Amino acid sequence: MKIICNGEQCDVAADTLARVLLELGYAGAVVATAVNGAFVPISLRQNTPLKFGDAVEVLAPMQGG
Amino acid sequence: MKFYGHEPCSRLLLGTAQYPSPAILSDAIKLSGTEIVTVSLRRESGATRAGQGFWSIVRDLDVKVLPNTAGCHSVKEAISTAEMAREVFQTAWIKLEVIGDDDTLQPDMFATVEAARILISEGFEVFPYMTEDLVVAEKLLQAGCQVLMPWGAPIGSGRGLNNVYGLRSLRAHFPDVPLIVDAGIGLPSHAAAAMELGYDAVLLNTAVAKAVDPVQMAGAFAKAVAAGREAFLAGPMEQRDMAAPSTPLIGKAFL
Repeated sequence: MKIICNGEQCDVAADTLARVLLELGYAGAVVATAVNGAFVPISLRQNTPLKFGDAVEVLAPMQGG
Repeated sequence: MKFYGHEPCSRLLLGTAQYPSPAILSDAIKLSGTEIVTVSLRRESGATRAGQGFWSIVRDLDVKVLPNTAGCHSVKEAISTAEMAREVFQTAWIKLEVIGDDDTLQPDMFATVEAARILISEGFEVFPYMTEDLVVAEKLLQAGCQVLMPWGAPIGSGRGLNNVYGLRSLRAHFPDVPLIVDAGIGLPSHAAAAMELGYDAVLLNTAVAKAVDPVQMAGAFAKAVAAGREAFLAGPMEQRDMAAPSTPLIGKAFL
């Protein structure tokens, strides 16, 4: 299934946010997620289904001013 | 001085961006004595996981983090970013930035006030980045902000305090509100000037990170902030237009 992750097209097999994160290499990472612009907390990742074309954002701590 | 119940000893807050290396970032923060650093959230690659390394460096510093919403241009973006930051950084603190103009990075105060109101209703403790506008300040306080962060000058410009009169007015209007000059500070003397006006703290990033020797500059800022604060407490003399001799005229020889 094609989704957009951090602005780039991705082809993933998984169909929930939690499984997609594992598939894309984020296992154990400190990240926050949003789907189609809305924040999805950790507690809801397992029950958040993804569908074709969904835009996923995966953000991590970064330098800031 | 308390920021939402937290009482730091240092009145210098530092950003964590643009340092030449992680080691220099760590050394600069340690030498500055700062207890609060700003951080942000950006896209993480599952392959490189760069953010994980940065987060481990910041955690080792044992300082309080103030996540920002830098780069957000709308209320919706700022709120989603704040919600994500709260989960990642495990803090209710958020430095609220909603940018209204790309050339000056001037905050959009209409959107900032609206976002502040929503975030506070969601339990956030908001540090709003703002212009030095008195009416905006009042609206932000009415929204529930307990700290205000007026700009000195545009972010990264290093111009110092562009509107000393406005900053002094803000200080005078809100004597009991913690006020932090955020952005535009380029030199330790600018930071000292803000503190001499009675500001509670200063927040800066580029002036340290882009110095030839960021660690040395961090130390210089720490001293300037402490000196400015001490000068404010000591009560500076009144300025006057004409000279007034400091050496007594009485007893001067007639030659």
